[in-house]
Amino acid sequence: MSARDRILAKLKATAPATAGDLPDVAGWYATHRGEESTADKARRFRHFIELAHAEVYAVSRGGWLQKLYEVLSAKQIDKLLVAPGTPHGARAQGELPALGIACPSYDKPIESWKAAMFNETPASFTAARGAIAETGTLILWPTPDEPRLMSLVPPVHIVLLDAASIHNTFYEAMQAEGWKDGLPTNSLLISGPSKTADIQQTLAYGAHGPKELIVLMIGDEQ
Amino acid sequence: MNAPQTPHALHFMPSEGFRARAKDVVENPFLRQSFRGAMDFLMSKRAAQFPDPEELESLRRLGERIRQYNLAKLPELLEKLEANLTRNGINVHWAETPEEANAIILGICQKHSAKLMVKGKSMVSEEIELNHAAEAAGIGALESDMGEYIVQLAHEKPSHIIMPAIHKTKEQIAKLFHENVPGVEYTDNVDALIQIGRQVLREKFEIADIGLSGVNFAVAETGTLCLVENEGNGRMCTTAPPVHIAITGIEKIVEKLEHVPPLLSLLTRSATGQNISTYFNMISSPRKPGEKDGPGEVHLVLLDNGRSQAYADEQLRKTLQCIRCGACMNHCPVYTRIGGHAYGTTYPGPIGKIISPHMLGLEATATMATASSLCGACGEVCPVKIPIPELLIRLREESFTAPHANPAMRGQGAGYSARISAVWRAWGAIYGSPALYRAASWLASRFRWLTPRKQAGWTSVRTPLQPAPKRLRDLIKERKP
Amino acid sequence: MHSRSAYPTDVYFFATCVVDQFFPGAGMDAITLLERQGIRVHFPEEQTCCGQPAYTSGFPDEARKVAALQLTLFPNDWPVVVPSGSCAGMMKHHYPTLFAADPARKAAAEHLSARVYELTQFLVEVLNFKPEDCGGDCTVVLHTSCSARREMGVHITGKKLLGDLAKVTVAQQDHESECCGFGGTFSVKQPEISAAMVEDKVKSLKATGAERVVSADCGCLMNILGHAAWKDQQAGLSKPSLPGEHIATFLLRRTAKESAQ
Repeated sequence: MSARDRILAKLKATAPATAGDLPDVAGWYATHRGEESTADKARRFRHFIELAHAEVYAVSRGGWLQKLYEVLSAKQIDKLLVAPGTPHGARAQGELPALGIACPSYDKPIESWKAAMFNETPASFTAARGAIAETGTLILWPTPDEPRLMSLVPPVHIVLLDAASIHNTFYEAMQAEGWKDGLPTNSLLISGPSKTADIQQTLAYGAHGPKELIVLMIGDEQ
Repeated sequence: MNAPQTPHALHFMPSEGFRARAKDVVENPFLRQSFRGAMDFLMSKRAAQFPDPEELESLRRLGERIRQYNLAKLPELLEKLEANLTRNGINVHWAETPEEANAIILGICQKHSAKLMVKGKSMVSEEIELNHAAEAAGIGALESDMGEYIVQLAHEKPSHIIMPAIHKTKEQIAKLFHENVPGVEYTDNVDALIQIGRQVLREKFEIADIGLSGVNFAVAETGTLCLVENEGNGRMCTTAPPVHIAITGIEKIVEKLEHVPPLLSLLTRSATGQNISTYFNMISSPRKPGEKDGPGEVHLVLLDNGRSQAYADEQLRKTLQCIRCGACMNHCPVYTRIGGHAYGTTYPGPIGKIISPHMLGLEATATMATASSLCGACGEVCPVKIPIPELLIRLREESFTAPHANPAMRGQGAGYSARISAVWRAWGAIYGSPALYRAASWLASRFRWLTPRKQAGWTSVRTPLQPAPKRLRDLIKERKP
Repeated sequence: MHSRSAYPTDVYFFATCVVDQFFPGAGMDAITLLERQGIRVHFPEEQTCCGQPAYTSGFPDEARKVAALQLTLFPNDWPVVVPSGSCAGMMKHHYPTLFAADPARKAAAEHLSARVYELTQFLVEVLNFKPEDCGGDCTVVLHTSCSARREMGVHITGKKLLGDLAKVTVAQQDHESECCGFGGTFSVKQPEISAAMVEDKVKSLKATGAERVVSADCGCLMNILGHAAWKDQQAGLSKPSLPGEHIATFLLRRTAKESAQ
């Protein structure tokens, strides 16, 4: 008998006959969390993610590139990793170089340029799939065009978010989008820049991931 | 049932030395004050996350139901998880013991001729003492959670399951870095220290062959491994190296994805008083064709290590509801006095007292269950309502009653003493009989001057106990005509 | 379930072994306090102990034996008033599980447990007792036992009774809800940790500047006052730096018109 079979046999021999009532997750959220307008959700999202040390800028659908440029200039960043296979990445790559910001593409497997990713990539630009108001959380589903390490390795991560895609709760997000029917290789909730309080409970940012998280939020109180 | 018999050579410290270790800490005013400060901080952070007692209570009830429901279906869900992970391309391994788990992990490492494994925070990897096993096999195992990294540099073990280096001051860490990290000047600036750690570990994430992580929730219906963290090292370990190995206890499973949000909310709010952690990382497959990063190979090791023993007993099964938030230790007056190391086990504090006996046997942990005043603070804050005090009483019973056939636990009767049992039998005989009690209590009052002035344990810091000259029943009689 | 709306004419008094042998005065004061509310107090002579020491020490058979005796002592449908949160908690919450495998006794345990009240809970919730303060200004600090707080949920009632006393100020200690370190056999099985806990407890009680500590649990009082007295001895003090008493004694004195102080 394998370890697997022995473990399962032990558990099956002693498992209770019934599992009891189904956990009423939907009922709990219906009772304890209400509906909110997009503007309210955007406000709450912003409040919580700013508490977690992220920067949030309200932008218009046409005007976000200008804000992206301003943010990079203010931080004296002259190189931005983009995903040219996405509309926002293509737009950034099309317009920023003329303004003096190089926009290399994440267009080949990481193995061929890991050192450059870790050591020569000061910032990256991705979109968020959505967000969660009650915790100030970005939802990212990395794709072949916009891979996982983009939101992790560069010290500055800039995210484009459409305020219309903000959900009230994590539960609402997964229910509304049918997550259980198919999750990607990696899905992420990101609620601020990387941080730690492991030394004497003192909060410090930029532990291993981005030191700065910047959100360009389209449609927020425009 | 047959409890696993194979003893394993783990480096835990047996509970015989517990009292002496505890004494060392309580007599150190500096440590006492520092633990108190840290626990006060964590308690107030948690309290601020739960301003509404009704919401808290209903969420705890939901959390409890979710965990009990999923435990009840555990064998079925493990099979479902295995099937869905396998369908997703994740390799599933099963281990009954720490040795088996280490052999599986090191086998994968050797297959890839791995030299360096970077580790995200995983208490299960501490439980199996993976670092020792890897070292013995010539594979570097580097902790990358800042707290774990500090503890590893100091050749220590974590003293808290969420805040591993909570026993250390920034000055001690400054000295540690200065003496152990080449080229580092002494600084006790916390930001600077974190940046030193970041620099050292980034180089390792870049070159590591294997990334190892724990798992907070494994979702059966989707075949997804969920990880909770703030630093990003967990994401590094599960994304940057070519191979990712996750290890988890068999109990950390939920059937449905919708079970995750309430548990996540309870976990982060109870643990560090955050409404959510910085990262919630959900992994459902290895790198797919066309994807440009992520490990090409993902493994999950499911570890039993005594959990099936707890599972077999309806009451002890509640131990497995735990989501490892650490709130029980933050609120424990005993943990606050002695810190995590005195326990000598991987999991300290109240949860450590109730889970360790299943992993190590009651013979090695017999006195741990006595190190509680049963004040109930742990049970009161437990986000999934584990009745920890009740389980401690049960463990005392398992330990102190005479060994018998078909015990529920390995090491049952390990704390048995014929003398102590006789004392309790005598106590039962006296207090179970009105006549004997009347006689005994009369004698105790009458001859109160014979009460010893030295009473073991009690009089080291208290005046001696002495019965009153007259019992209440005497006073009542005197009053009545 | 005993009806809370009707004002009881009779109650049983379960003194607890600690009160019977170590704090008989507190027991008398509790009885007197109840009688002053026009209630007949019955003290079943055969009572001994609730069985908690054996139960929490891991000797349930001995606990059952002792508990079984107490089950037989309260035949009438009167409330059972207990001047201790932890013993009340034992009878109310653990008796039914202790006799889970013994249907007849389980039924008796449930019948009893529904009628068990901790003293301050009974005074407030059943009698709606509003003490009239006859004493002078004074500051006290209240220590509530963990069982009273977490098992019985009656930490509010002790506070309310003291709060109703016009000239009594209730001081607020730090870490109020933390255990004093007694825990029955814990205090002798883990004396070092227990000592650290009671040391911190006494420090925070004293730091309030209150002139005395009151508690509805004699176990905690034994521990707290025992340590405070030991500290005084070490320091060569003859007058107690932290006097203390059962809340029944304090309430009785504050409300006694003839001897108020």
